[in-house]
Amino acid sequence: MTAVSSRRQLNYIAAQAADARVNLEIETEGMTLNIGPQHPATHGTLRIVAKLDGEQVIAADPVMGYMHRGYEKLSEVRTYPQVTTLINRIDWLGSFANEVPFILAAEQLMEVEAPPRSQWIRTVLFEMSRIANIVLFLGDMAVQVGAVTPVFFAFRDREHILNQIEAATGGRFHPNFDRIGGLKDDLPKGWIVETKQVMKKMRSFCNEIEELVMGNEIFQARTRGIGVVPADIGLSYGLSGANIRGSGVDWDVRRDGTTGAGGLVHNELDWRVWTHPDGDSFSRFWVRLQEVRESTRMVDQLLDGLPSGPIMAKVPRIIKVPAGEAYVETENPLGVMGYYVVSKGGLAPFRVKIRSASFNNMSITPWLLTGVYVPDIITILGSLYFILGDIDR
Amino acid sequence: MIRLSSNDAVAAAAFGADETDAEAANGSATDEVREAMLSELQEELGEAVVGSHIAAGVDITVRVTSEAWAATAEFLKREMGFAYFNFLSAIDWLPSPFGRDMDSQVDLALDPDAEPVEPEAMEQGLAGGDARFQVLARVNDIAGHRAVTLKADVDDAAMSVPSWVPVYAGANWHERETWEMFGIDFVGHPGLRHIYLPGAFEGNPLRKDYPLLARRVKPWPGIVDVELMPTDETDAEVPETPATDTAAPAAPVESAATASGAASAAPGEGTAPVESAATAPVESTDA
Repeated sequence: MTAVSSRRQLNYIAAQAADARVNLEIETEGMTLNIGPQHPATHGTLRIVAKLDGEQVIAADPVMGYMHRGYEKLSEVRTYPQVTTLINRIDWLGSFANEVPFILAAEQLMEVEAPPRSQWIRTVLFEMSRIANIVLFLGDMAVQVGAVTPVFFAFRDREHILNQIEAATGGRFHPNFDRIGGLKDDLPKGWIVETKQVMKKMRSFCNEIEELVMGNEIFQARTRGIGVVPADIGLSYGLSGANIRGSGVDWDVRRDGTTGAGGLVHNELDWRVWTHPDGDSFSRFWVRLQEVRESTRMVDQLLDGLPSGPIMAKVPRIIKVPAGEAYVETENPLGVMGYYVVSKGGLAPFRVKIRSASFNNMSITPWLLTGVYVPDIITILGSLYFILGDIDR
Repeated sequence: MIRLSSNDAVAAAAFGADETDAEAANGSATDEVREAMLSELQEELGEAVVGSHIAAGVDITVRVTSEAWAATAEFLKREMGFAYFNFLSAIDWLPSPFGRDMDSQVDLALDPDAEPVEPEAMEQGLAGGDARFQVLARVNDIAGHRAVTLKADVDDAAMSVPSWVPVYAGANWHERETWEMFGIDFVGHPGLRHIYLPGAFEGNPLRKDYPLLARRVKPWPGIVDVELMPTDETDAEVPETPATDTAAPAAPVESAATASGAASAAPGEGTAPVESAATAPVESTDA
C-alpha cells in the first residue's frame, strides 16, 4: 500500500485553510445550491444539495432514489435465469459484467462449472464491457472540465466495441448472454479477427485521449491535487476499482479474489494492475486509461488462446438452486460488484443482496466534497465515475 | 506498449517496482487461513461468537451476538487488518406469508379457494441463528487477501444493533438503507433517514411480509407465463369470501378483489376499502 503524496495534499489543505480564514473575515452568508437531479455530470438522476460559503462547499448531501427500481425485492419473485434480465440494467454501460458475478454465485451453489471455452469467452466479453464502459468515461471526464470534443471521439470508438458485443450476443447494451453453466451461444464466424482489429482501434483511441486530454494543461490544472482521497479513508468507505487504485492501493479482484470464484480466467493471462499514488482526480483518470489498455491486451491474449470445446455444461432445463448461501464478487468496470445470494432450494432466490460499486464509491462524497470549490464538485464527481443505476439498483 | 507522458514518468518509476504477478495471490486463500481467522476471533470475543461456517477454500461466515456487533468490527479493523468495508445489509428469514414464495404452486392472491398454506418453519442459513432478522456484513483485509462475512441476530423486540459508523465510515449509507428496507435501528448512527424512498414512506419493503403489489395482481412469472386478461367489471361475480376484515392489511382484501376480475383496478392499498364497500350491499340483497 503506497501512501498518497503528502506534500501535494498538504499544500492543498493549507490553501483551503487559508481561504477559509479569508471567508471568515469577510463573514459571507451561506447559501444552498441544488445540483441536479438532471445534470450531465450525474449519469442519471442524482441531486446534490450543497451548502456553500462563498465559492466553497461546507456540506454536501447527495439525494438518491430517483432511479430506485427495487431489484433486490424483484429478484425474490423471479427465477434465476430471469434475474439476469433485471441486473443487466444496474450498470448499463457495462451490462455483461453485471451478469457475471450473479451467474458465478448461482454456479457456486449448484456446483456447476462452465466449460473452459465458455469461461474464456465470458472473460472476453467481461473485458470488452469494461472497455465500452471506461471509454465513455475517458471522453466524459473531459466534458466535466469544459472540453467537449473528446466525448465525440469516445462515442465514435465505443461504437466499434458495441458492434462486436452485438455481433456476439445480439444485444448492444443488454446482452443477457451469460447462463448458469456457460453461455448462450458460441462466437460467430469471423468475430475473432474483427475484434482484434477493434482492439487496435481502442489502443489508438487511448493514445489519442492521452495526447488530447491528459497532456492538456487545463485538464491537469483542474484535476491534479483536486479531490484527494487518502488510502485509509478510501478503504473505510469501501471504495473500489480505479478509485482505490488511484489512491495507491494495489488491489484488484481479478487478481486477488477472496471468494474462490472460478468462471473467469484472468489468472492465465499476462497483465498487471495499475496504481497511482496521488489519490486525486487526475490519478483516477490515469488509472482508468491504463486499465483500458490492459484490457485490450487481455482480449488479444484471450482470443489467441481460446480453447475449443462445448459452450454449456450439463444443467437441468428448469434450474433449481440447492439451498445455501454464496457471495461472489468480480472487478467490474466501476469497481467491485458482488451478489450475496441466499437460496432455499427453489426456483427463485430467497434473498439477493446486490453490492454495487457505485453505492460505496459515492458514499465518500459528503466527506470528499466538503471544503472544495464549486467548479471542482463536477470534476470530482466525474472522476469518481458512478452510474446512477449502479447506486440506486 | 504503455506510453507515459513526461509528467508521469517519475510517478511510474516510483511505483513501478511493486509490480505483481497475476498468478501470485490467488492460492493464498486456504482453509488454514480461515481457521486461523476464526480462532483469533474466538480468542478475542469468547462467548460472543455464537456460530461459524467455513466453506473450504471459498468463504467464512461468523455469527456474533448483536451486543458484540460493533466490538467485532472494531477488533477486525484495528487488530486483524480488515480495514476495507465491503457492505452491510440484512436478511429476513420469515418464509413468505403469501404462498407464492419459491416454487409453490399455490397462488393465494389469485385463488380465493386455495387453503391457506401452513407457513414453513423458519430456517436460518449458514452459521445458524434463531431470530427472524439477521444483519449481514462483509469486511476485507486487502493486504492479506482475506475477507469475512459477519452475521448477528437482531432481537425481535428491540430491533436494534450497534452502529458501525464510528469504525467504518462507509457503513453510514449501508445502515441507512438497511434501516429503511428492514426497519432495523442502528444505535449510534449519526442520522438515520431515508436514502432511496421518499421521506413519508411507510413500511419496510424488503421484509418478507411486505406485499409486492405488482405481483399481487399477476401470476408469479416462475409458474405461469401468461397473464390473465382483465375482465369487464360489470361481469364480476360477487366474491365468495366477503372482504369484511378491514383490520387486516391489504393482502386478503386484494385477493378477493383479484378473483372477481377487478384486477384492472389499481392495486394500491387505497383502493381496497372502496371495493369492499361496493361489494357489501350486493351481498346483503342476495341474502
